[in-house]
Amino acid sequence: MASAGAGYDLSPTTFSPDGRIFQVSYAQKSVSTSGTSLGILCSDGVVLACEKLKNSKMLLPSSGRRLHSVGAGYACAVTGFASDGRQIVNRAREEVSSYKDTYGILPPPSVLADRLGHYVHYFTLHGALRPFGATATVASYDSDMKECKLHQIDPSGTCHSYYACAAGKGRQGAKTELEKLDLTTLTVEQAIKEAARIVLTTRDEKDKDMELEIATLAEGDKYQFKMCGKEVVSEALKWAGEQLEEDMEEDDDE
Amino acid sequence: ADKFANYAMEDQFHNLKPGEVDAGTSIMAVEFDGGVILGADSRTSTGTYVANRVSDKLTAVHDRVYCCRSGSAADTQAVSDYVRHFLAGHAMELGRLPKVSTAAHLFRNMCYQNKNNLMAGIIVAGWDEVDGGSVHCIPLGGSCVRQPFAIGGSGSTFIYGLCDANYRPGMTREECLEFVRVCLSHAMARDGSSGGVIRTVTI
Repeated sequence: MASAGAGYDLSPTTFSPDGRIFQVSYAQKSVSTSGTSLGILCSDGVVLACEKLKNSKMLLPSSGRRLHSVGAGYACAVTGFASDGRQIVNRAREEVSSYKDTYGILPPPSVLADRLGHYVHYFTLHGALRPFGATATVASYDSDMKECKLHQIDPSGTCHSYYACAAGKGRQGAKTELEKLDLTTLTVEQAIKEAARIVLTTRDEKDKDMELEIATLAEGDKYQFKMCGKEVVSEALKWAGEQLEEDMEEDDDE
Repeated sequence: ADKFANYAMEDQFHNLKPGEVDAGTSIMAVEFDGGVILGADSRTSTGTYVANRVSDKLTAVHDRVYCCRSGSAADTQAVSDYVRHFLAGHAMELGRLPKVSTAAHLFRNMCYQNKNNLMAGIIVAGWDEVDGGSVHCIPLGGSCVRQPFAIGGSGSTFIYGLCDANYRPGMTREECLEFVRVCLSHAMARDGSSGGVIRTVTI
């Protein structure tokens, strides 16, 4: 593991003999040390959830936001270095604003995601720049086609559209849980609770304290970005806790 | 100061630069359920001389979006060329047909930002899957208004009453075509700067 790069990992402008760019892989690795984030495309909107690991008891609960609004019908979750993620969010805001000024309409989901992909990718091929150590999960509503979309842009600049996606520490477990959900009938209200449950499932006992951030683009809110209030989140966590206890009891009975 | 002396001399050309060609014109566009009809006369004049009696003032900016051009021929051609270029790139990124309102927005931005140097009255009309057929009028100052029908050019001043009297909402495609033909004929009959043939485009 220590000599994985062996000289080919000093700069993102160097390929390794087996065709990899190590700096980009390392950047992706750094994203997976961050708290888990989830995105779920529901029948009536999108839900984004982030597990915010708290390093210190002195931190104000609402600081260190990982969920950001990027425009009226857009939400962006950041996983990885918060500062790198902030850069991507700012760029997304500029893209939305300038697209609206030029074309008179808000950018469709695929266009915004594509542009962010271009932006992130740019930083993987210049000698003086380093790749972003952050993955952006973007939820958007296309008001012309009347549909919601979920995209994820990783440090390599690759951008895909998803039914549900996860990033960060617990993404493997989260992806398994997400695949079990029936997304054709899942509503935003249910998805909020399921997201809380999945985050709790994939946590380690020895993990630090966490705060759960959830944001939605829901039909009921006309697909405008909305951060879920404290009551909604704590209710979801309570429900999730009960679900987990039931599961554990079932295991015990066996 | 010398620059403005020229303009004073050429006053009869209504703010055209010396020697510039005018599309003294009658243009109009009407929306119907499922599309639009654009119409224009075919006279391009330089003062009293008819430079081109068969000109085409209906210009495509994309597959399903056209514009009617009035004012300076050079200005409107330049602006519509720019819009065609930007709209093509935009449609490629979008992956589907662009909205007519987007094309109108591009025209409007350009006409407004350069309003001091342009004389361009443009009507943008076309079809897209979101709004269906739509007509957008962009007069000299660079404002942009979506209307059920729009008229423009020097000849339009003579037919405001005729159009208002004859227009009915919910006309069929054939009725709209007849409406365009009748109104433009009357405009061309009375306006010295409009004449030739009537060209129409149905989208």
